[in-house]
Amino acid sequence: MSRQNLPLRAAELRLETLRVFETRGFGHVGGAMSVVETLAVLYNGVMRVRPEQPDWPERDRLVCSKGHAGPAVYAALALRGYFDKSLLQTLNRPGTSLPSHCDMNKTPGVDMTTGSLGQGVSTAVGLALGQKMRGCDARTYLIIGDGECNEGQVWEGLMLAAHRKLDNLIVFCDKNGQQLDGYVKNVLDTGDLADKFRAFGFFTQSIDGHDTAAVETAVKAAADNRKSPSMIVLNTKKGYGCTFAENQEFNHHIAFTPEQMTEALKAAQQKLEEVPA
Amino acid sequence: MSVKVKSVLQTEEKMMRDTYCRVLTGLAAENENIAALDADLMSSSGMKPFMQTYPDRFINCGIAEANMIGVAAGLSAMGYIPFAHTFATFATRRACDQVFMSAAYAKLNVRIVGTDPGVCAAYNGGTHMPLEDMAVLRAIPEITLVEPTDSVMLENILPKIAEKYGVYYIRLNRKNAVGVFESGSEFEVGKGVLLRDGGDVALFASGIMVAEALEAAKLLDEQGVSARVVNLFTWKPIDAEMVIESAEKTGAVVTCENHNVVGGLGSAVAETLVKTRPVPVEMIGVQDQFGEVGPEDYLRGRFNLNAADIAAAALRAVKRK
Repeated sequence: MSRQNLPLRAAELRLETLRVFETRGFGHVGGAMSVVETLAVLYNGVMRVRPEQPDWPERDRLVCSKGHAGPAVYAALALRGYFDKSLLQTLNRPGTSLPSHCDMNKTPGVDMTTGSLGQGVSTAVGLALGQKMRGCDARTYLIIGDGECNEGQVWEGLMLAAHRKLDNLIVFCDKNGQQLDGYVKNVLDTGDLADKFRAFGFFTQSIDGHDTAAVETAVKAAADNRKSPSMIVLNTKKGYGCTFAENQEFNHHIAFTPEQMTEALKAAQQKLEEVPA
Repeated sequence: MSVKVKSVLQTEEKMMRDTYCRVLTGLAAENENIAALDADLMSSSGMKPFMQTYPDRFINCGIAEANMIGVAAGLSAMGYIPFAHTFATFATRRACDQVFMSAAYAKLNVRIVGTDPGVCAAYNGGTHMPLEDMAVLRAIPEITLVEPTDSVMLENILPKIAEKYGVYYIRLNRKNAVGVFESGSEFEVGKGVLLRDGGDVALFASGIMVAEALEAAKLLDEQGVSARVVNLFTWKPIDAEMVIESAEKTGAVVTCENHNVVGGLGSAVAETLVKTRPVPVEMIGVQDQFGEVGPEDYLRGRFNLNAADIAAAALRAVKRK
């Protein structure tokens, strides 16, 4: 197990992610909050990366196919040392290197441009395939959303990944149960996603996506599986840990008042201080 | 760039797809980064010899074109030079957003080969007839669009395209083309090819329309009209210098494309001319209609894509001067 205090890293990342949104007053808060624990685990001991050399060819790659979670990715990269934290305040400002959706040409550490949902699955499959073809032992990590699974391209990509037995591809499905127009079960019910992933040939685990220890254990099991690509279904809450976003049906992209943000930051700070050292 | 045009035009013995696969397989021997993808059309695109020679660099993605383009983009991010093949319809209409975001917007290095352009889709009919593929992609910034004329050009430009960086779309007639160029001719992507000079009207043609335009020039000769013929095989970036120079020399223009006149070669030429040297322009091509099933020669007649149609349009353009 990691020597890192992962719950603490996750609490720091949640607070930092909230700060990314802070001065903008709006943003894709919900889906950023739900992947915080996964990003904290990935960037603190799991992913083989060199922040001082973001384009290191032998690195593990991360494709955040739900590109709207960019702000959480940016905060994770800043905390990992890819760039100065002060840059985080420039989200969506004119000329910024931190746009709403992930852009590999703008942000150091972002491995693939995403935003149009479903496409990150295919590009991640291409990366994982390329790593295999090169005889490189690096892995590709991919984060998709459960709403994103509405897109047919997701399933095209997963089919090819299983067909090519890409055991270096580890996918996280952020099953936060919500999409832009409401609850997934009401908009377009995806059914039992874990069953579907298994049927598509993935080594599939279903875990509490807000439990860093569970995420770390699942990633280890996925890495040990050398027979197929892996899927980790993250049972999460959209907006988790953000007082004004949590438990809201429409929290995909929301506006907030400075007072609401102050309260959210205070609550996140308090959670951070409660984490055992 | 030295080009020699054949004095007698006739259909080539070899299919374009055979030349294509032979050249790409040769390039793959020299460059281990070249990879090929297909979407269950390997037999149609003629890529079997590549697959047999380099099975580790050939990925059949199954009937999933959108995924194929994304996988190609991912491979390019790992340093590969992927060539993705399918019918032009699927490469552009179906996978448009993937070409846009995963490849072009992401500034990755992807080659897309769309076969069976326009009426060459013949017996596959209107569902499979790409009369809009170039128009769809032309609106994507920084992309390069080429339509090789015959096997000589294809063999010459394919290695050059493999060496460049960016998103390249190759509109490929996989069947036997009419041979226009003598072997040894040299071409440059982005540069139009002057096939014959003339002072009264300029004919800009691409793909199967090049041979028709040359034939039209002969018909015009008989009527005392001197036609300059230019092969604009690169639709984007358009060779503005050649287009403007030809318009200045002749004062009248006809564009000839195996494609819808909306958004295609005619549009690219007209956009160039209206800004700098407005002259009368007539557009030969499919006049904003859907394709239909039938033999290629029937379809050329159906959509007025023959030499006689070009010659008539040239006379109209000259009259409008």
